[in-house]
Amino acid sequence: MGRTVGEQSIQFDSSVYLLGGGSVVGKLEGEGPLGKYFDRVGEKDGLFGCSSWEEAESALQKEALSIAMEKAGVSREELRLIYAGDLLAQTIASSFGVMGFHRPVYGLYGACATMGEALSLASMAVAGGYGDYVGAVTSSHFCSAEKEFRYPLGYGSQRPLSATWTVTGSGACVLGTRRSRARITGITTGKIVDYGLKDSFNMGACMAPAAASTIEANLRDFGRRPEDYDRIITGDLGEVGQKILFDLLAERGISIEKQHMDCGIEIFDKETQDTHAGGSGCGCSAATFAAYILPKIEKGQWKRILFIPTGALLSKVSYNEGKSVPGIAQAVVAEHC
Amino acid sequence: MEQSRKEQEKIKKYEDYVKRKTPVHSLAKNMWWAFLSGGLICTLGQGILNFCRGLGLDKETAGSWTSVSLILLSVLLTGLNVYPKLARRGGAGTLVPITGFANSVAAPAIEYQKEGQVFGIGCKIFTIAGPVILYGILISSFLGLIYYFLHMWGLA
Repeated sequence: MGRTVGEQSIQFDSSVYLLGGGSVVGKLEGEGPLGKYFDRVGEKDGLFGCSSWEEAESALQKEALSIAMEKAGVSREELRLIYAGDLLAQTIASSFGVMGFHRPVYGLYGACATMGEALSLASMAVAGGYGDYVGAVTSSHFCSAEKEFRYPLGYGSQRPLSATWTVTGSGACVLGTRRSRARITGITTGKIVDYGLKDSFNMGACMAPAAASTIEANLRDFGRRPEDYDRIITGDLGEVGQKILFDLLAERGISIEKQHMDCGIEIFDKETQDTHAGGSGCGCSAATFAAYILPKIEKGQWKRILFIPTGALLSKVSYNEGKSVPGIAQAVVAEHC
Repeated sequence: MEQSRKEQEKIKKYEDYVKRKTPVHSLAKNMWWAFLSGGLICTLGQGILNFCRGLGLDKETAGSWTSVSLILLSVLLTGLNVYPKLARRGGAGTLVPITGFANSVAAPAIEYQKEGQVFGIGCKIFTIAGPVILYGILISSFLGLIYYFLHMWGLA
């Protein structure tokens, strides 16, 4: 079982193991600095053999979860629960993506922090004894996200330098009670933090306060210092958000500059790929976690990390009605064992 | 009241801070590319116009052919995914001429085709150009009315 610690965290006493991860990304991500770590890279058209962007995103989820299950050695029948989420309205990419597994499902929306949410809930289910094997999967697709939140793809516009590039990709993990080389030992659930910013093209700045809040809460609740983590890895703050996060934490007397890494900054090469501030989307942190972070923990290169996907909570409607863009960040502590 | 004022100040402070931390495109460079791309499109238009005039068309007909040709070119380039690439550099230079308007109509038509002829293309083709069309017609009707009255009173 687990027990609550501090104000926002849970420490798992019984072990929640990470049994396998799967990642599938688009061509641009495959050409990026992390390209060689992903399990599968798609073709240039971004359709993954489907006829629409939304279908393609569902295909990404289906494949990522299948790969994770295969690596974990878990059959479809053994999977007790699936937590799935994405960015599209009514999370249709997840619904159509995991439908074919015919397993019990919870659909999630937590903006780009959804992988943190999915891993948190899956850990709680495993720790609580409600499933021996539980899946967590999220996705995003550049084209479907542009359509959902911005402009049609063919529309010619200039993106500001603070804008992030939605990652086409999906990451999945299978968690369970069977012993492995990596486990989740605790989580810190994020609060919604709003600093009143309204710029949807500067999501790093909208989410940084939430990341700072969750990181501070995690350190306080567990009585740790930043040095207790080999890496503190945020989801998709990008270049602008990272600078702001450092400043916000410095105000609270916390320095994480030595340990910090951001999936959005890692996944693209901003000099050659013209992606501006970095990658974003709930596929960004999920695919990076499954492909790059998890293997490093399994091998023991990193003993303990803090993984904090970050999300900007907005919709086209809330934006048009003049609402601000609040942020949320969900933290997961993963350790080598 | 006091609380909300303080809240506003806090928001403003964070906004200013974020503004300082956020890099922006160089204005001079943007203006140069806009000047170049916009100028090239207009020069092309002038070329088409001169060509049509050379064929013996009157000014108005030649002008129509110019607009139609530029629109066709823009729609083709949108379909071939070239126009958004030009716009990334060109900015206002590719947005302001008639080609930008054509692009803003063609792009949703392509994107929403999957959602059907009626609810896809039909409903969403003017999602970007809609405001320009609506307020353009509104303002020109209003100005037309003013012109009508000035004319009636013998002032224009």
